[in-house]
Amino acid sequence: MKKLIFAFLLAVAPMAGMASGDVHLDDADIDLGDQASLQRGARLFVNYCLSCHSARFERYNRMARDLGLTKEEVTKNLMFASEKIGDTMTIAMKPEHSAKWFGKTPPDLSVVTRARGVDWIYTYLRSFYLDPSRPFGVNNTVFKDVGMPDALEELQGTQRAVFQEHEEGHKVFEKFEQVKPGLMSPEEFDSAVRDLTAFLAYVGEPIQMERKRLGVWVLLFIAIFWVLAYFLKKEYWKDVH
Amino acid sequence: MGMMKSMMNWIDERYPLTKVWNEHLAQYYAPKNFNFWYYFGSLAMLVLVNQILTGVWLAMDYKPDADLAFGSVEYIMRDVDWGWLIRYMHSTGASAFFIVIYLHMFRGLIYGSYRKPRELLWIIGVIIYLAMMATGFFGYLLPWGQMSYWGAQVIVNLFSAIPVIGDDLSVWIRGDYVISDATLNRFFALHFLLPFILAALVFVHIVALHKVGSNNPDGIEIKKGPKGNRWSDTAPADGIPFHPYYSVKDIVGVAGFLFLFAAVIFYAPEMGGYFLEHPNFQPANPIQTPEHIAPVWYFTPFYAILRAVPSMGGSALPGVIAMFASILVFFFLPWLDRSPVKSIRYKGPVFKFMIGMFVVVFLVLGYLGTQPATPGKTLLAQICTTLYFAFFILMPIYSKLEKTKPVPERVTE
Repeated sequence: MKKLIFAFLLAVAPMAGMASGDVHLDDADIDLGDQASLQRGARLFVNYCLSCHSARFERYNRMARDLGLTKEEVTKNLMFASEKIGDTMTIAMKPEHSAKWFGKTPPDLSVVTRARGVDWIYTYLRSFYLDPSRPFGVNNTVFKDVGMPDALEELQGTQRAVFQEHEEGHKVFEKFEQVKPGLMSPEEFDSAVRDLTAFLAYVGEPIQMERKRLGVWVLLFIAIFWVLAYFLKKEYWKDVH
Repeated sequence: MGMMKSMMNWIDERYPLTKVWNEHLAQYYAPKNFNFWYYFGSLAMLVLVNQILTGVWLAMDYKPDADLAFGSVEYIMRDVDWGWLIRYMHSTGASAFFIVIYLHMFRGLIYGSYRKPRELLWIIGVIIYLAMMATGFFGYLLPWGQMSYWGAQVIVNLFSAIPVIGDDLSVWIRGDYVISDATLNRFFALHFLLPFILAALVFVHIVALHKVGSNNPDGIEIKKGPKGNRWSDTAPADGIPFHPYYSVKDIVGVAGFLFLFAAVIFYAPEMGGYFLEHPNFQPANPIQTPEHIAPVWYFTPFYAILRAVPSMGGSALPGVIAMFASILVFFFLPWLDRSPVKSIRYKGPVFKFMIGMFVVVFLVLGYLGTQPATPGKTLLAQICTTLYFAFFILMPIYSKLEKTKPVPERVTE
């Protein structure tokens, strides 16, 4: 056990430097007030993510309400299996199976933006590149040797990563070059990933827009209360000399 | 009116209600010169009540089970009516509690509130602080995220550095060889229990305070000064009744505090990853160590001290001792300060410098504790650790030798 502490304390240092590394993250620039963007993101999510990744804390009917959709719209366009509208976004894939197929069970994405940050998600989903040495033929500049295949490949097409070679074989990522175009132009794809990221950010904390709206009134109330309390105190303290 | 009075008489014959009210509020005479720093005692009580109330309501939906805990927190955030607000009030309250208490302790430090006859009052306060730390530590495991899990793992492992009994002790604390469901269950039980012990300790703290009377920014004993004010001929001339004067004043402080508290709850509940750490949004995974383990911010100064002290013969014991010593040294403060005056207002420049240095060192250590260790940062942490202890150990010397300013007879405005 004593050795364990040391392993932690010593190992922590170099690993953290490596992981938090020098990967440049692009600004996701999402707008949670844009319901159309969230709706497009929801469509991408159920089509491209929800077969392997769950969002097991998000309910379909909650999503309908928050995204300005009717229950019928959600049932018709965003639900493909036998779930009910009050169910959460679970998947049929069994964790023990997916662990075998991908090397690791795809994580639940309910709060992934709160763990990783929106910029990370936005950059990660646009950073898959061809790498024949990997099981699915792709690697990722943000998440090295990732187990996930490029789920959005048909939209983005494929790309090659160009690395700058430094001494001692140290490689620094420089840029991507498109190999095969996808269904979307690069601009369209960036915008689509932005929608998807915005949707995931919403799922991370469905109440957040309401929270910020409510906050103004709470702060206003407290500010007025403070003014009254201040003058009450002043009135009482006239006695004190 | 007559009925009210006869009802009070009926109660007072059976319970000293009026007596307690007068002794502790309406006829408790506090110095009239309290300043900004005197808000934090009542604010600490407010936050404790906030923590207990929101905590009880969270416990109605939280599940202390390794398989369910993480999900039950998200359930509270999404499906429980106002659950998100209750949870953010609790998580923000935890950090607010430590901020308020650190400012409360700083007040004691600068005005010498730990000096005779308030040594016991101070010691009870330090015990409260220790109980708070334990409460915070137990509570931090409950969301069962990655940082909950690995933070608890690192801290409980500290006990295994104790010679002979260490390994058995850490297993006894965990109830298992690693942090597990058994640990989560018992930490929940302790996290629920400790706040009530805290409340009892706060009661004892107040009893001790009202026995000796409040200190003030001048460090003058108003009880030893002239007697007689407009409320009483026998009360200290520089005292005013706590109620209504300080009760209405504290409400102003409460409003100011609530404004900041609500601003965090509604606009920055994660506080940039300090109040709610990002890795804690990943469920605890016993087979995947996070890249960087850091305790939550209010423990980081002590964590930095732990890491700063080099190990001896492969044992972390020196660091563990230094860490516990850095907290326990507060107990001895009443006897370390040999200055003839209490308040910083009348102390000399050396004491002022040392307190300033201590604050800087505490903040720098707090920052370093959140960071991955590098050789440069470890060196800085070692320097800061040395200065941290120097503040206390050298205090009997610099506080005694230094020339002080004359203390006035009466409190100043």
